[in-house]
Amino acid sequence: MSRAERPAFDRELLEQIVQAIPHVGVLGLKVTEIDVGRALARIDWRDDLVGDPGTGVLHGGVLTTVVDTVSGLAVMSRVTEVMQIATLDLRIDYLRPARPRLPVFAEATCYRLSRSVAFVRARAYQEGGDDVAASLATFMLQSSSLPAWVKTQGTRT
Amino acid sequence: MTTWRERVEVARRENRPQHLVTGVPYAAFAGIAADLDDSGHPRCRLRYADALIGNPLIPALHGGVIGGLLESAAIILLLWESEPGVVPVTVNMSFDFLRTGRPVDVLATGRVYKQGRRVANVRVEAWQDDRERPIAAAHGHFLLKREGQDG
Repeated sequence: MSRAERPAFDRELLEQIVQAIPHVGVLGLKVTEIDVGRALARIDWRDDLVGDPGTGVLHGGVLTTVVDTVSGLAVMSRVTEVMQIATLDLRIDYLRPARPRLPVFAEATCYRLSRSVAFVRARAYQEGGDDVAASLATFMLQSSSLPAWVKTQGTRT
Repeated sequence: MTTWRERVEVARRENRPQHLVTGVPYAAFAGIAADLDDSGHPRCRLRYADALIGNPLIPALHGGVIGGLLESAAIILLLWESEPGVVPVTVNMSFDFLRTGRPVDVLATGRVYKQGRRVANVRVEAWQDDRERPIAAAHGHFLLKREGQDG
């Protein structure tokens, strides 16, 4: 791989970036694997994340957040320049209710990276079960300028 | 455990959509509340907290929690407008993120575009200071279950 094509963020840096996201921290979302163009994460079931107290099923907002985060990470793992990205759109299908008290895993693949837009598909699933959600998302690359101190750090990587 | 039928009946009697939100753990977690706007239409509010930030560099709200707000707003609209005992179950949501969610409160409301017997289509928008400048929009499909009915 030539210098220009090398991913700008390595695994360690991406893990640091994700850990610095406040909303990821309060959800207890953990990144478990990152490759170029692919990311995996897990979230443990918690009673304060439930959407329907009658069934104990997680709120859709939790799955949307997990899928959005892991999809963004799949994009970040592939870009060859230090940059910010932003979700343009995200469509999520809730295939079946996530079973209460079990963790949910999410896997995202950035399958196409153009100059301005990244295309990502993702799935959420539980152990020994079928998928609970499927999503397609697009991300805008270079969505906003970086603070000067980040740029300086970026040129050193 | 209060049934959804009871919640809807109390919410309508007292004209307080907040009854549809109270007791939903995720709503308390994220800081989502519901009230009526000036024209008596249900509206949701996501109260700003630092824990909702998804990009600390900008800083910007996490798109996922804006999604959670929009899905909640759609469900509350359906509960408010359907006969008591109908429970909406989300089939899918399609979100467009239009502008950065700044670190202030977010409001959301919308309209039930189509309500059939078994399925409904709802469109919702989220905005901050200016309703004319939405930060996100979404549409979703919901199965309309009758309480006590399976599958």
